[in-house]
Amino acid sequence: MDQENTNKIQFEKNDDSVVVIIGSGAGGGTLANELAQQGIKVVLLEAGDWHTQTDFIADEWPSFTQLAWLDPRTTSGTWRVAKDFPTLPAWICKTVGGTTVHWAGASLRIQPHELQTRTVYGDIPGANLLDWPITRADLDPFYDLAEKKMGVTRTNGIPGLPGNNNFKVLYNGATKLGYKEVSTGRMAINSEPRDGRTHCYQRGFCFQGCRTGAKWSTLYTEIPKALATGKCEVRAKAQVVRIEHDAQGKAAAVLYFDGEGNLQRQRARVVALAANSIESPRLLLLSASAMFPDGLANGSGQVGQNYMRHLTASVYATFPNRVDMFKGTTMAGIVGDEARLDPKRGFVGGYHMETISLGLPFYAAFLNPGAWGRAFTNALDQYANTAGMWIVGEDMPRETNRVTLNDTTKDQFGLAVPNVHYDDHPNDVAMRDHAFAQGAAVYQAAGAKDVYLVPPYPSTHNLGTCRMSDKPRDGVCNKFGQTHDVKNLFISDGSQFTTGAAENPTLTIVTLAIRQSRFIAEQMKQGTI
Amino acid sequence: MLRKTDPSHEPIPLTRRGMLQGSSLLIGVLSAGSALAPFVPSRTWALELSALDEGQARIVMAFIKHLYPHPSLDDAVYALVVKAVDQKAAADKATRLILLEGIGHLNAIGNGNWLGRDVALQEIDVRALEGTPFFSYLRVTSVNTLYNNPLAFKHFGYGGEAGDTGYLYTGFNDLKWLPDPPPSASGPIPKDD
Repeated sequence: MDQENTNKIQFEKNDDSVVVIIGSGAGGGTLANELAQQGIKVVLLEAGDWHTQTDFIADEWPSFTQLAWLDPRTTSGTWRVAKDFPTLPAWICKTVGGTTVHWAGASLRIQPHELQTRTVYGDIPGANLLDWPITRADLDPFYDLAEKKMGVTRTNGIPGLPGNNNFKVLYNGATKLGYKEVSTGRMAINSEPRDGRTHCYQRGFCFQGCRTGAKWSTLYTEIPKALATGKCEVRAKAQVVRIEHDAQGKAAAVLYFDGEGNLQRQRARVVALAANSIESPRLLLLSASAMFPDGLANGSGQVGQNYMRHLTASVYATFPNRVDMFKGTTMAGIVGDEARLDPKRGFVGGYHMETISLGLPFYAAFLNPGAWGRAFTNALDQYANTAGMWIVGEDMPRETNRVTLNDTTKDQFGLAVPNVHYDDHPNDVAMRDHAFAQGAAVYQAAGAKDVYLVPPYPSTHNLGTCRMSDKPRDGVCNKFGQTHDVKNLFISDGSQFTTGAAENPTLTIVTLAIRQSRFIAEQMKQGTI
Repeated sequence: MLRKTDPSHEPIPLTRRGMLQGSSLLIGVLSAGSALAPFVPSRTWALELSALDEGQARIVMAFIKHLYPHPSLDDAVYALVVKAVDQKAAADKATRLILLEGIGHLNAIGNGNWLGRDVALQEIDVRALEGTPFFSYLRVTSVNTLYNNPLAFKHFGYGGEAGDTGYLYTGFNDLKWLPDPPPSASGPIPKDD
């Protein structure tokens, strides 16, 4: 792997024929490979270190320190994260491979109606709903490619993963409750050897980086494949601080600090921004200029707005007997029945229940932040007998839920840190209450003693802050992620999501990156960018 | 430091005290029948203190046991929190002052001997301090330390780094008290050959 993961080419900093991609996760890492495979020259900039699988640590806090994005951030709003984790709004990664190093592998297609929420859900007061400018028919051919690329179980003849103990509890409770769509799910984790990677060994450290490589991550799939073409150069520890434009308003170069703290300028023909939904809008805002006084590509004013993070509550329950939820895949099973649209439940949108497990250190940290005393220790005493699920539901986009620059707090480069403001929409609260009740019912049906309703913690699904829109006034980029205002500037991560849907976003981010790569190649050929 | 893992060691020699002039020791013994006994070299443990004296360390230990009471959890694990508290106090003057003020406050309540106070009254004293820097510091340090060490993993039944090689052949699906899901909902166990 080390052999593969080395640069075979170095591009000159003044080479203005390269595509510069900012971020090496699901969006950026995939886009880099897809472009390189088409012979397009790519410089892939990643703020974090270039780790290998052997570096990963089977210990939650040290691993978190190794992989997580821990640059200073601030929070505001009524969400509980602002109180419990005021400087850590999101649990995402700063490492080559981005958050695909940490993700749990769930790979679900967005449902057709979820791409047309304004039409289907109607005018929800306080929500900034908008239809995506694309449909499932537009996406399906690329979903096919993404599932093949990632080796998603239960697609392409790939068997499902074997369920672990945590799944057995979920399955028994959910089916007793009458749920029909209950299985080990569609996961980008090898259930059998595939694509030069082994099958899953059920380590239970999906969040800490998959040491065996059974779980798809751009770190050891897309990126080495891109490097092998000789068309892609990865620069790790390259933290971008500004996108520059020329007199015509086209993106012209990217400024970044290298690992030695020296400011570098890489010229570019095309710039693709894939730095996740907090850092991507922050970079556009930091790139304000006389020509773009409100930030680059922000003619609509929507840059940083409509921040979504999924519902992200959890339900844990204790049982008379051992579960050992930590054994095996973290996201070992999925219940799909509540993902449907059914406003009779008192909310629009839907949610998935997905098993989750935390090791003892993180269980203590996340179960009820700030708690102490016997109620808390009673839960911890039953750790071995505990099963857990995570709620992944669609939250409402709101203009006021947004990433802005906090001019009073500076990062290590002296730049304004991002502030993340979030208030739950009443629809989010109604959905979470429903999910808590149903999650508790699932575990009670399986014989639970105590049920713990766990508040949202820093989210790994961060979406919507540079959203796609048909009309330039409604969003930041078009249906190919091309920004409305700057033709050679692309949004290539989850921030282009128009709405959040009820599915884990990685598969769709990869799908959009594949689709975008064809568009960029075509436009470059035609000379429009 | 707390000695705990190397089984080749003899019982921890308390005679090291001679080498540690100027520092205090917090000493304890694992309870008879402790689940941790097989994993430590000796039932006796000793924590070398840097900033706190032994009496102060015992107050901190009692306080954190009120915060996170686990009746069957051995003092040796709580002592790891005391160690973290003591080390921070040695390195950081502000933390040291917060601790000394809090300990002094407790002793004042207890007429110089808070540890001699009735346990139920101690619990009321702890609750009354919620929101103070002393309470917050001890709570945060406790929750991040008490459950984040190999002895706690053994006690609470978490596999920790034992999972690094994977549970595929060592019980990832060994739950027997519920029926197995049908193959259609699960998947085949891969075979290595």
